[in-house]
Amino acid sequence: MLVSATAPAQRKPADTTTVATLLRLLPFVRPALPRISMGMLCALGAGLCALAIPQVLEALVDGPLAGAATSGDTRGLWLAVAAVLGLGLLEVFFVFMRRRLILTPTTHVEWSMRTTLFKHLQDLPLAFHDQWPGGQLLSRAMTDLNMLRRWMAFGIVMLVVNFATVGVGIALMIRTAGPLGWVYLLGAVPMAILSFRFSRRFRRIARLSQDQAGDLATTVEESVHGIRVLKAFGRGPEAYQSFASQAGELRNTEMNKARQMSAFTFSIITIPEAVLGGCVVWGVWLVTQGDLTIGALGAFFATAAVINGPVEQLGQLLSMSLTAKTSVDRYFEVLDSENTVADPEKPVHLDEVRGEVRFEAVRFHYPDAPPIDLVPAPTHVPHEAPREEVLTGVDLTIRPGETMALVGLTGSGKTTMAALVPRLFDVTSGAVLLDGVDIRAMTREYLRTQVAIAFEDATLFSATVRENVLLGAPPEARTDDDLHRALEIAQASFVHKLPYGIDTTIGEEGLSLSGGQRQRLALARAVAARPRVLVLDDPLSALDVETEEAVTARLRAELSDTTVIVVAHRPSTVALADRVAVLQDGRVTGVGPHSELLVDHLHYRFVISSLIEDEEFDRARGLRV
Amino acid sequence: MSTSSGGPAAARSATPIGVGDEENINLDRDTSTAVRRRSRRLLLDLLRPERALFWATVVLVVVAQASRVAGPAIIAMAIDRGLPDAQEGNWSTVAFIGGAYLLAAILAGAGSAAFIRLAARVSQAVLLDLRQRVFAQTQRLSLEFHEKYTSGRIIARQTSDLEALRELLDNGITSLASGMLFMLFTGLSLFLLDWQTGLVLAVAVVPVLLVVRWFATRSRILYRESRVASARLIVNFVENMTGMRAVQAFRRESDNNAKYSELAEDYRRNNMRSFNLNGIFDPSLQLIGNLTVALALTIGGYRVLQGDLEVGVLVATLLYTKRFFQPVQQMAGVYNSFQSASAALEKISGLLEEQPTVRNADNPVPLPHAKGDLEFENVTFGYASGDVVLPSFDLHVPAGQTVALVGSTGAGKSTLAKLIARFYDVTDGAVRLDGVDLRDLSRKDLRRAIVMVTQEAYLFSGTVRDNIALGRPDASDAEIVRAAQAVGAHEFIEQLPDGYDTDVNKRGGRVSAGQRQLISFARAFLADPAVLILDEATSSLDIPGERLVQRGLESLLNDRTALIIAHRLSTVAIADRVLVMADGRVVEDGTPEDLIAGDGRFSALHAAWRESLV
Repeated sequence: MLVSATAPAQRKPADTTTVATLLRLLPFVRPALPRISMGMLCALGAGLCALAIPQVLEALVDGPLAGAATSGDTRGLWLAVAAVLGLGLLEVFFVFMRRRLILTPTTHVEWSMRTTLFKHLQDLPLAFHDQWPGGQLLSRAMTDLNMLRRWMAFGIVMLVVNFATVGVGIALMIRTAGPLGWVYLLGAVPMAILSFRFSRRFRRIARLSQDQAGDLATTVEESVHGIRVLKAFGRGPEAYQSFASQAGELRNTEMNKARQMSAFTFSIITIPEAVLGGCVVWGVWLVTQGDLTIGALGAFFATAAVINGPVEQLGQLLSMSLTAKTSVDRYFEVLDSENTVADPEKPVHLDEVRGEVRFEAVRFHYPDAPPIDLVPAPTHVPHEAPREEVLTGVDLTIRPGETMALVGLTGSGKTTMAALVPRLFDVTSGAVLLDGVDIRAMTREYLRTQVAIAFEDATLFSATVRENVLLGAPPEARTDDDLHRALEIAQASFVHKLPYGIDTTIGEEGLSLSGGQRQRLALARAVAARPRVLVLDDPLSALDVETEEAVTARLRAELSDTTVIVVAHRPSTVALADRVAVLQDGRVTGVGPHSELLVDHLHYRFVISSLIEDEEFDRARGLRV
Repeated sequence: MSTSSGGPAAARSATPIGVGDEENINLDRDTSTAVRRRSRRLLLDLLRPERALFWATVVLVVVAQASRVAGPAIIAMAIDRGLPDAQEGNWSTVAFIGGAYLLAAILAGAGSAAFIRLAARVSQAVLLDLRQRVFAQTQRLSLEFHEKYTSGRIIARQTSDLEALRELLDNGITSLASGMLFMLFTGLSLFLLDWQTGLVLAVAVVPVLLVVRWFATRSRILYRESRVASARLIVNFVENMTGMRAVQAFRRESDNNAKYSELAEDYRRNNMRSFNLNGIFDPSLQLIGNLTVALALTIGGYRVLQGDLEVGVLVATLLYTKRFFQPVQQMAGVYNSFQSASAALEKISGLLEEQPTVRNADNPVPLPHAKGDLEFENVTFGYASGDVVLPSFDLHVPAGQTVALVGSTGAGKSTLAKLIARFYDVTDGAVRLDGVDLRDLSRKDLRRAIVMVTQEAYLFSGTVRDNIALGRPDASDAEIVRAAQAVGAHEFIEQLPDGYDTDVNKRGGRVSAGQRQLISFARAFLADPAVLILDEATSSLDIPGERLVQRGLESLLNDRTALIIAHRLSTVAIADRVLVMADGRVVEDGTPEDLIAGDGRFSALHAAWRESLV
């Protein structure tokens, strides 16, 4: 399938009870509870008024007004008008207050849940974000929380009001018509069983539909992010086909939902009515036997007519509650995700950071990596031996102020090593130490103030050049001078030629820049952060030779007392380094100055040199098989 | 293109507005009318294919509603007629009535059950149609559009805006149909019973209309704002999730939280304002209803006192009057959803209205087997943002030639590549393939003939195989493997946990940058175009990898025209011809050997590069 996203492993079927799930909302809902309860009372009041007005009308007209008609006294009329007006105003007042009381606090609940989710997502490590497609997160933050808010504002309130109305109604029916009322109540038994069965089925489908909607959002996101590839290969039609079939699946799920809802609605309308049909016959029989008065029979059916509406609405309210329940499940799935890269309880602060970085027996594998076949496939291309771990025991010390290049084949773990230093991932075993202190003993905030990183594929945000470059700059280094220094080191003077210079908005919502330009801004950003340790993950790959040379020269001059770890593919980037570490099969197999390694490290020569003759190249390749 | 400001109203209604005014809430009158008309037209257009189903739904609603209303009437009959008969020992009437009641119950249930399904069918068909239209439109629009309109906004259109429409469709049809019918029947009955009270009801319609109009104006603005606020929230969310690595590396968390909370607060406040507006609208309608009842009682009471009206009739008229206003709450809800959906459709219809700047040819010239002869004639090009990148450009690349483009950033190399791939159209002059203007080629022929591998090797979620197959979806597994082998990607793919069936995860998380580039090479190889453009496609490869790709390239480029943009001059070595560009012009043109031997820019660049090698 082309361009269609599905969420992977995270779908553990959360089959908690509805009540247990909803109870988890309590911390968020608590501040709003008093107002919501008051609102419910108002809703009950409005319901009672609606019930009372026809009764009162009838009574007033038959009583005082009829009396006035015979006596010619207008006072009776005014009394009736005043009573009806009063009740009418009271009803409107209740309706108004219900909305006022409930709606505002539910928007606050929605807000706090949404911002809590966002905060948590930013706290979760990259390993989490690698596994969760964007659309799934977005649908939780928007659709699910909207759904929940609507349920709190309307669903739960009406559910309570309807149950109360139905309860009161049935009690009245039992009082007025004894056995008939009990029979009607008996009808609740099959309804309860059916509701239970419906709930189980509907919940599953509702969940599926919400997940599919999230996947669809992911597909949309990818189709836009990958638009250049789709255009370059003219694959728009295929992407469309794939999207259309995915959207079709969502529609099928929705139709399935509607079918369940439809079947349930049939029962929920037919069963009480059928029971009433029986009650008609039996009621008449009771009257003929003298066990029931005609008036009581009439009253019984009048009340039945009143609670008819609320009973029918229960189906809709039930499905809404079930959908809200799955929304809450989906929300807490993310909120419950454990943060595996958390801050320590008693964080260490270094008095002064010298900038020594040490890898001690570092092993690493991505948390979700499946076991792989460890038998190497026959091959004639240089590659890394298959292994479950990316790093299989790295020992390396980078001295304060030193520039260390990491060199190795594609897939050798250079980028992973780079990402371990600012704790974008945590080591599986072993430790990374900064000035002899395990970096896991520091807060991420503190560590990342000391360590800045520039990636090969630069992420620019929709903001001005200035904001993008000063993104990680300390508060005392955010002046124009700092900005210009960073831009100058990164050879990013092109920004001055942009329409609004350094105040030009770039990134997705602004001007699009070339790969080389983006890399230079990412580099400037890392420099402007004034770190003690600078990690450069091949940030010069899209630069031309001249620019690269200039950047390298400036970096060497400016960063003399900064520790630099640079991932390199090219000799020109290696030129930046004091020493080079060669990564091979997840280990460091050689450390030393470039010139020395070039002489005695075959693998290094193979990886970095373009000048070795083809015969030697092929021989080196042969060694790897 | 979109016009976001200026222009007389007449001109404006002639040119589509598109997404230009998307973030604007207080539209001037003409724009507002145009935008609303556009939104309504879209809604009708979407409903048109479903109109048979739509009316069937309405009929079912009537059946179900009538059966439900029949219930009380049947009960009345049971008491009035069945009971006396039964007391005389004749049970057939009661049995008949009981049966009728049961029948009505089943009809009501079945009718409701059926209209729920039909309504869902209508609603889902409309949503599917709209989803597909929006997706197709975003694929159709040119890159120029995408570079301004963010992915977050498209996602907002596809998710939260569609959700607003869905709300209307899901409950709208049934509520509207049943509510209207109920009001119509009740109103008619009232007129028949006592036309004077009916007049009172007619008068009450005036304040109702006024309130509705007030609500319409106010809610329109609020819902427009709501669409903008939710889109901003989504854009911010998507951007930060996509860039999470940089967010965390540069400790943006707390600033981001502040920003997101603020946007969420804007959205919340807007929601609250529209709820509050609705919280005035709905009770106001009820107030009018209750006041009308009181008024009817006053007038009716007087008539009773005068002896013009019987007490029994008065009771009936009052009950009818009260019942007339019963569905008002529901109808207010529908109207509210309608306003919200309209605002959403305003945005969606704007997106649908956008015209691609790179248009398909009306009468395409067929070119099923392109040879790959490229020609630029008098080409002028500048991006919409301003500067002219190519002032006047002429170039001829004969079929089969491999051309390397060299020059510093901003020289116009990538622009040249984008013009050949027709990501953009020339401002003036023409680019021709085998003598045919690119603008006269069908998209299919163009994409078959010309393929570009870009700097960003984007991987879609799915397997490695899926990602390579993007080059040619109908390729067999063997062909996919052959393509991977040709570019030296086969081995690392085989080493992945599930080989070609390995899921590349979100944004190719587990595949290194170099491996991503190899996969996108395999894509291009599979596509087998007459013209291949490589725009910085080897920048992330390691040297052995590049060396191998280069060997593969030589055979890959053998029988096709190729344009290579590379900063690594090693790639340039295999070119037949080198073009050095500066400021949108070719300043040097020749074979690599000739240029290296000379004393121009390329010679200097090459020397510097040689020196950097070890």
